[in-house]
Amino acid sequence: MTARMDKRFADLAAEGRPALVTYFMGGDPDYASSLEIMKALPKAGADVIELGMPFSDPMADGPAIQLAGQRALAGGQTLAKTLQMARDFRKDDDATPIVLMGYYNPIYIYGVDRFLDDALEAGIDGLIVVDLPPEMDDELCIPAVAKGINFIRLATPTTDEKRLPAVLKNTSGFVYYVSMNGITGSALPDPSVIGSAVGRIKAHTGLPVCVGFGVKTAEHARAIGASADGVVVGTAIVNQIASSLTADGKASAATVAGVETLVMSLASGVRASRLAAAE
Amino acid sequence: MNQPINLNSFREGPDEDGRFGIFGGRFVAETLMPLILDLQAEWNKAKTDPAFQAELKDLGAHYIGRPSPLYYAERLTQHLGGAKIYFKREELNHTGSHKINNCIGQILLARRMGKTRIIAETGAGQHGVASATVAARFGLPCVVYMGATDVERQAPNVFRMKLLGAEVKPVTAGSGTLKDAMNEALRDWVTNVDDTYYLIGTAAGPHPYPELVRDFQAVIGQEAREQILAAEGRLPDMVIAAVGGGSNAIGIFHPFLDDKDVQIVGVEAGGKGLDGEEHCASLTAGSPGVLHGNRTYLLQDADGQIKEGHSISAGLDYPGIGPEHAWLHDTGRAEYVPIMDDEALEAFQLLTKLEGIIPALEPSHAVAEVIKRAPKMRKDQIIVMNLSGRGDKDIFTVGKILGMEL
Ligand SMILES: Cc1ncc(COP(=O)(O)O)c(C=O)c1O
Repeated sequence: MTARMDKRFADLAAEGRPALVTYFMGGDPDYASSLEIMKALPKAGADVIELGMPFSDPMADGPAIQLAGQRALAGGQTLAKTLQMARDFRKDDDATPIVLMGYYNPIYIYGVDRFLDDALEAGIDGLIVVDLPPEMDDELCIPAVAKGINFIRLATPTTDEKRLPAVLKNTSGFVYYVSMNGITGSALPDPSVIGSAVGRIKAHTGLPVCVGFGVKTAEHARAIGASADGVVVGTAIVNQIASSLTADGKASAATVAGVETLVMSLASGVRASRLAAAE
Repeated sequence: MNQPINLNSFREGPDEDGRFGIFGGRFVAETLMPLILDLQAEWNKAKTDPAFQAELKDLGAHYIGRPSPLYYAERLTQHLGGAKIYFKREELNHTGSHKINNCIGQILLARRMGKTRIIAETGAGQHGVASATVAARFGLPCVVYMGATDVERQAPNVFRMKLLGAEVKPVTAGSGTLKDAMNEALRDWVTNVDDTYYLIGTAAGPHPYPELVRDFQAVIGQEAREQILAAEGRLPDMVIAAVGGGSNAIGIFHPFLDDKDVQIVGVEAGGKGLDGEEHCASLTAGSPGVLHGNRTYLLQDADGQIKEGHSISAGLDYPGIGPEHAWLHDTGRAEYVPIMDDEALEAFQLLTKLEGIIPALEPSHAVAEVIKRAPKMRKDQIIVMNLSGRGDKDIFTVGKILGMEL
C-alpha cells in the first residue's frame, strides 16, 4: 500500500498520539483559495488530508457539506481539477497522506481505470467512497487496491459483529468509524460509547481506526483521541470557510487564516490526548 | 447498445445482487446496508407467505378497489381512426393513482418488520398522499419529503397529506424537486435507522426496492392481461405507459415481457424538447451512472454531476429511471420515447373532452403517444395504456398554463 499512509500512522504511533485528519471540499469556494487551504492544513498541524470531491447529490452529508459542494461546483470544480489540486499540493509536500472522499458517480463517469492511474500519479494515497459498501467491491475497491491505492471503508454503529469482517476485508490504510447513524454535521455522541465501538473494531483489525462525524472542537478531538488512532474533522472546517466568505461568496483574507487557527486548536486537542492517555 | 437480444425470459431479474444486466445494485452508505439486507430477507419471506399475500389481496379488493377496470375508449378510438384503445383505469383506485398498490404492500412489510415510523419522498404528491393514507390506515406517523417547487405546484396534494396526518417537509436543496426529496429522505433514513421504514415510491433505489415495488405494481399488468383476454380473446399488440421512476410502467409491462408479440412502449418526459436541458428523458438523452442506490440511465454532465431536469408534470420530473427499464431499453425489449410538455397538455384536453376522463399530467404523456401511434395501426389492432392517475391534482397547473380563471 502507498507508503505515505502507513509511515504516517507508524510515526504517530511511535509518538503516542492520534492523527488529526482534516476534511475540506476541493474547490470551495474557488480553486486557488482551496489549494491555499490545503497547503495550510499540515502547517497548522493536520496529519492526514481528506480532499472532498464535490457531488451534486451528497446523500450522506448535512447542509454544511452540501453547500460547500455547491459552492465548489459553481466555482467550476471538476474531478479532474480535484486531482490537479492534489498534484499541485504534492510539489511542496510529499509526506502528508491525501485521501479523496466523495461519491461514486463522478469517478464512474471519469472511468475507473483512468481515475486510478491519474490518482496514483497525482499522489493520492487513499479513497473513501461513501456509496460503495463491500457488496460493491468489484466496482472500485478491488481495482484500487490492485493498483496500490488504499480503500478506506466506513464502519458505522449499524455495522454489527456479523458484518464487520466483510467491511474490514478489503479495507486498508485505516478504518473510518462513523460515530453515529446520521449525516455529517450532526452532534457528537458520548465519547465513552465511541470508545467501546473503537475497541470492538480493533478486536478485528490491526489497522488504525479513525473516528469522524460530529467532532468540532479541540476538546472533542482530545476526548475521542483518547481511544482512537485518529480524529476526523470536516464540517467544522467547512463551516469555518463558509463563515469567512464575503457577501457574494468569495474568499476573504480571513478564509485561509481562519482554517489555520481552527486546525491549530484541533491539533492541540489531539496532542493533549496523548497526555490524557498517559495519565 | 439497444441491440434486440433474445432471452428465454425477460422476467427473471434481478439476480441476487439486485442486478438487471449492468443496472441496479446496492450503492448505499454502510449505515443503510444492514437495513436493506433486512428488508430483502423480510421481503423474501413475505413473497411466499400465504398470509401476507392474502392480506394484500384483501386490502387490494376492499381498500384500493381492485381490480381496476379495463375500459374500451370508444370515442378516442373512433376519433383517431386506428387501433382499438383500452385504458387500464388505475386512476379509479383509492387516492387516485397506481401509487397505492405499492404503498399497501410496503406498509405491510414495514409492520412485519416492527417499524413504527414511515418516511417517503414525493414528486407529484400522489405517492406522498398514498403513503400518508396507508400510514393513517395502519396508525403510523409519516413524514413526507417534497421538493419546495413541487409543494407549490401540487398544493392540493400537500393539503391532502396534511389532512391525513402526515408531516410534509419541503426540501429547498437543489432545484427542489423529486431527486432532492429523495436525497433528503435518504438522509432521514440514515439518521433514524432503528424505527424508520423508507417507503420508496417508484421502482428505483437500491435493491430490493426496484424488485419489490415492481412486484407490488405487477398486479396492474396481471389484471390487464386477464381482462384483455376476456374482452378480446387475445393479447394486445402494444402496451404503453408513462415513465417517471418507472413504477406504473413496469407494473403493466412486466406480465407481458415474455409475450414476444406484444410491443412495449415507455413514454418519458420530453419537457420543452431534448435539445436543451429542460426535459427528463433519461433513457433517450441520458447515460448510465450511479445515483440513489442503483446504476441506471441518468441525466448528467461530463463530470458526473446530476442535472435537474424539467417536466410539466411533477411526477415525471426525475433525472433517473428504475434500473429494470434501463435494462429493457438496452436489451431492446422495450422502446422508450419522449413526449413534450405541449403534446401532453393537448392529450390531457383531448381525453377530458372525448372520454370524460381527466387524466393526470403523467399518463397524459402516454395518451399523447397513443394519439401518435393509434392512427398508424390497423383497426383490428389493440393498444392497452396504463391510465396511472387522475388529473384533479393538476387542474390548477393546467388552468394557469391555459390562462383560465379558476
Ligand atoms: C399518476 C402518476 N403516474 C405516473 C407517475 C410516475 O411515477 P412512476 O414512473 O413510478 O409510475 C406518477 C408519479 O408521481 C404519478 O403520480
